[in-house]
Formats: sequence, structure tokens, C-alpha cells
Amino acid sequence: MTPRSTYQRLLGWTGWLVVILILGFLILPAAVVTIAAFNGKAILSFPPQAWSWRWFERALAYPDFRSGFQNGLIITTWSSSIALVVGAMFAFVIDRYQFTLKRMLEGILVSPLVIPHFTVGLGFLILAAQIGWSRGFAVVVACHVVLVLPFVLRSVYVSLRNLDPSYELAAASLGATPLRVLLTVTVPLLLPGLVSGWLFAAILSFNEFTASLFVTSQRTQTLPVAMYNYVREFADPSMAALSVMYIAGTAALIAFANRFLGLGKVLNIEQSH
Amino acid sequence: MTNPAPTTANEAAVTFDGVTKTFGEVKALDKVSLSIGRGEFMTLLGPSGCGKTTLLKLAAGFLAPDGGTVAIDGKCVNDVPTYKREIGMMFQNYALFPHMSVAENIAYGLKTRHVARQDIRRRVSEALALVKLTAMEDRKPRQLSGGQQQRVALARALVINPTVLLLDEPFSALDKNLRASMQIELREIQRKLGLTTIFVTHDQSEALSLSDRMAVMSEGKIRQLGTPLEIYRRPGDRFVASFVGDTNCLRGELVSMATAEAVIALGDVRIKVRSEHLSDARASAPVDLFVRPERLRIGSASEPGAMTGRIVSQTYHGGHVDLQIACRACGENLLLARSVGDHAMTQWPPGTEVGISIDAEGGAAFPAG
Repeated sequence: MTPRSTYQRLLGWTGWLVVILILGFLILPAAVVTIAAFNGKAILSFPPQAWSWRWFERALAYPDFRSGFQNGLIITTWSSSIALVVGAMFAFVIDRYQFTLKRMLEGILVSPLVIPHFTVGLGFLILAAQIGWSRGFAVVVACHVVLVLPFVLRSVYVSLRNLDPSYELAAASLGATPLRVLLTVTVPLLLPGLVSGWLFAAILSFNEFTASLFVTSQRTQTLPVAMYNYVREFADPSMAALSVMYIAGTAALIAFANRFLGLGKVLNIEQSH
Repeated sequence: MTNPAPTTANEAAVTFDGVTKTFGEVKALDKVSLSIGRGEFMTLLGPSGCGKTTLLKLAAGFLAPDGGTVAIDGKCVNDVPTYKREIGMMFQNYALFPHMSVAENIAYGLKTRHVARQDIRRRVSEALALVKLTAMEDRKPRQLSGGQQQRVALARALVINPTVLLLDEPFSALDKNLRASMQIELREIQRKLGLTTIFVTHDQSEALSLSDRMAVMSEGKIRQLGTPLEIYRRPGDRFVASFVGDTNCLRGELVSMATAEAVIALGDVRIKVRSEHLSDARASAPVDLFVRPERLRIGSASEPGAMTGRIVSQTYHGGHVDLQIACRACGENLLLARSVGDHAMTQWPPGTEVGISIDAEGGAAFPAG
């Protein structure tokens, strides 16, 4: 080891400082909200003067939050599951077949990424009003399917691309019909991609606000919409308490998926085999 | 060396008849016809892009021919999908299902055939015994070494009693020692079961040592079909002569032609060769003579009737020594001579002037290209 010059050391410290600042900036909002959630006073202030758990109790007891959570679970489960099936099928078609207008199909499928959520929401609201569905779950689920589809499609498509075609050929050479190949080889090998796609879709759907504001009714409002309505009337730290629970819940979900599938696989940054 | 398996038309296990396959602009196979006898070990040898893998894929049904027919057991299978073909296939990367245990991998082809459960168990353990892998049933493929994975792949392909075994460069991922022992083992099993086998490789020494017969391919065509001995000793064209085995190419001049023999002048030296590939050549036409390195004999520089040359370098291989020799007759290229044993190391150090004579039996002459 050659001794490092003062200049090099200074450069090293500066580098670390920048990294720490960036990381701090990333978790700053969550940290502020978390601290504010334990405020003893009924105002959203920082830093708090007194400490309390009462806003967690209030958030958990508040009926709109409870129903919003339940509605969110229903909508998320349906929309991400439907998006998974539809997205996986489209991913298959795009990966396996050559056809004219393939580029156009891909374009349409990922278009929700460039169309603002309020546009999608407004569109669905107008449509739903036309056919008298504006008060039900169906329109919210349909709207969320459209919004999360690009993410599921992408996730499954990447997994398909990484899938070595020789596995499927080997299965066929061993006498497996195309359906059997799909069920016993393709789907099991794609499972990490399918789960990560579903999980992304579920988290996005559960947190989605802009489009949901348009397409939900009092009966079907999701948690983010309920939180928005709450914050228009009250300014107490229940919101912050709820946010903390949100973060903890999502983190727990990812930790759970990591436990059983490996984070690399769930986030699709590793090859599945 | 083994005798070629009998190959009359009605005994052919796999037949390609005028098969053509085009990918875009590229003609991968150009009217290829080949008949593989029952129990025969047929190697398709050629550089990458020669069409050998395409031919194998046509046999497997992974691709359909643009023209011509592929027949297995005398029946045209052009329209038969892979899963109905009763083939066993081994892939370059083995393609073991990573989410299944060794036993589940081997049982896969039996389950698709709805074999009874206790029969599956029996046949899986028989297959594992055949490839010497007992007590590995419950391992996952990633827990196995490369050689073990290959044995599982072989067991999986064999357990279904396929009509034909298709091997796509299965040894390329193994290190040299393991490769040699796996080759011997595979050949033993193949002989024991009398299994028709099509083996694809770009490794000419692998092809020479394993095959009953081999087809040397390039640019979508079979350049020569024959036993390894025929291919090595009597290459049918310039491509085969230079692709299979080491060789020297010497430019000479045709002196005279007879029905069976021709005389070629290499500088002052005259050499008799078989005239089979020179029928179109006239006297004094330029001719290329291909000579195997072990067919060059090194002697003293004063030896009458020998070319003179100078040793440039030696390469010691243990059992033999390779000598690079500069000589006037071969122009800029160095001659490669192979000397059995290791006396060449002391006898002919670099710089020595030597005489080189050519064992005419080992030469193949073609009109200069």
C-alpha cells in the first residue's frame, strides 16, 4: 500500500459525504413524517413538542380509513391479478411472434406510462357515467388494470427474454405438448418475474391516487382518496401515522417476498436461474 | 476404429432427402441428403454456420424444412411436432430443468408418456445406474458438477427409449480430461443400447474418435460423407483436407497423369499421388498437395530426393514433437512435421538443416484454387 496523499483523502471524504447526503435526502420525507406521527399535539408540525401513540389509534379507528383499506385490498387484488394475466399474455405474444403492427401494439400497451393518470381517470369516469357504472368497483378495477399493465408487461417480458429457449425445447423433445411445456416448465421458470410483476402492480394500485380520485365513489374510495378527503377537513398527525403504517406495510410485504423468492428475483435484477 | 454400421435404405433410422432451409437471405441447408442407419453413430462436423445444427433441429422438429423431407423410421415427419417424434436430445448447456430434482428431470419424459408411477421409479433408478449417478436423485441440477449434469441430461434423454438420440455439442462445456472420459462412456452406452445417434460438433478430433461415419459440412452442404478413416486419409476436397486434422499445403506442378496416379513436382522433388481429384488438370498446371504432418519424414539434409529445409521451432507434446520447418518449396508458410517420441527434441534443434521427404500415401492433391 502506498500512502495516500492529503488530496486523495480529501477526495475520498467528499465522495462519502455526497453519498450520505443523497441517501439522507432519499429517506428525509419518510423520516420527517415518521417523527411527526408521534406528535402529542393535534397539529402537523415538526419537530414535535410532545410524544404520543394516539394518532395511530385514531387512524386505525377512523371508519373511512378502515373502509378505504378494505376497498384498496379488493381493488388491488383484482386489478393486479387481471393485469398479470393480460400482461403476461401480451408479453408472450410480443416475445414469441413476429407480426405487422407489433410496434404499434407495444406502443399502445405502454401508453399509460405517458398518459397522465388524471386523463385515464377522467376518461373512465365519462365512460362509466355513460353506462351507469360510476358507483361500482368494476370501473376502479378496470382503470387500475390499465395503469399497472405496462409494469406487469415489462416485468414478464424481461423474464421471458432471459428464459433460455432450450428448456422448452428439451421439454418438447421429451414428449410434452405445448400446454404441458407451458404449465410445467415455462410458468415455473417465470414465477419470479410473475410474482415481481404482480407485486409491483399491487403496490402501484394500492398507492394510486390521481385516477382513483375520479373513478371512486363514497362507497368505493381507496385509502389514498380517503386520506385526501381527510386532510381537506383535518390537519392532525393521523395522516402521518397512517403514512408510517403504509411504509411499514409495504416494507413488510417486500421483506416477505424477499424471504421466499430473493429480493434480486423479485425486483428482477437477477436472472431467474 | 469401428466398422460402419450397415446402412441400406430400408434400414435407415433417419433420412434427410433433398432438405433445404433458408433463414432470410442465408441458405442454411442446400438440398442436403443423408441417410443414417439403425444403430449408427453419425457425426455432423463443420465450422459454425455450416448448417449442422440446423440439420439436427430439423431431425428434432424444432424447425421445419423449406423443401425436401425428413423421415424417422421410414415415415415422413415433416408435419410431426417434436413431442410426437420419440427423440432423445442432449443440449449444449444440458437444459436440465432447474426447478426439478435429478429424479424429476429424468422422470419428465416418462410422465408425459403416462407411465405408471412404480415403473417410473424403477426406470429412473435404472437410468441413473446406467450413467453411474445413483444416490443423486434428490439433488437439484445446480448442486451437480458439469460432468454430473451431463450424465443427468443423458439419462433423461435415454430413459424414454428414443428412436434416435440427438446430441448438440454436448461435450463443449467440459474440461479436456472429463471430456475424454465422457466421450468413451457415451460411446459405450450408445453401443450397448444400439442407439441411432446424430452428433453435432465443430471439433474434428471428437468427430474422428467417436463416429461410425461422419458428414463434413460447409455452407449448407455435405462436402464429404465417410468413415473417419476415409475422411482423414482420403479427403474429398480442399475444404475437408484442411478442416479435418492438421495438414500442410504445398504448391507444386503437375508433371504427368495416369489413370490412378499422378506425378507432382515440388521444386526438384517428384512425388507420386492418387490422381482422383486431378482429372481436369493438364500437365504443368499448378497443384496443391495436402500432406499430414505425420507423413513428413525428417532426415539428413544430404539425403537424395528430399527437399531441404531448416528447423524454425520445436513444440514438445510429451508423446510427440511438432517441428516447424522453413523450406523453399513451401514458400512463406512453415511446414508442420510430427515426430513420434521425443528424440526430435535433441536430434533437430532449431536452426538445423534437414531433408524432408513425403510419404506419398498420405498426400492428397487438388487443382490449385
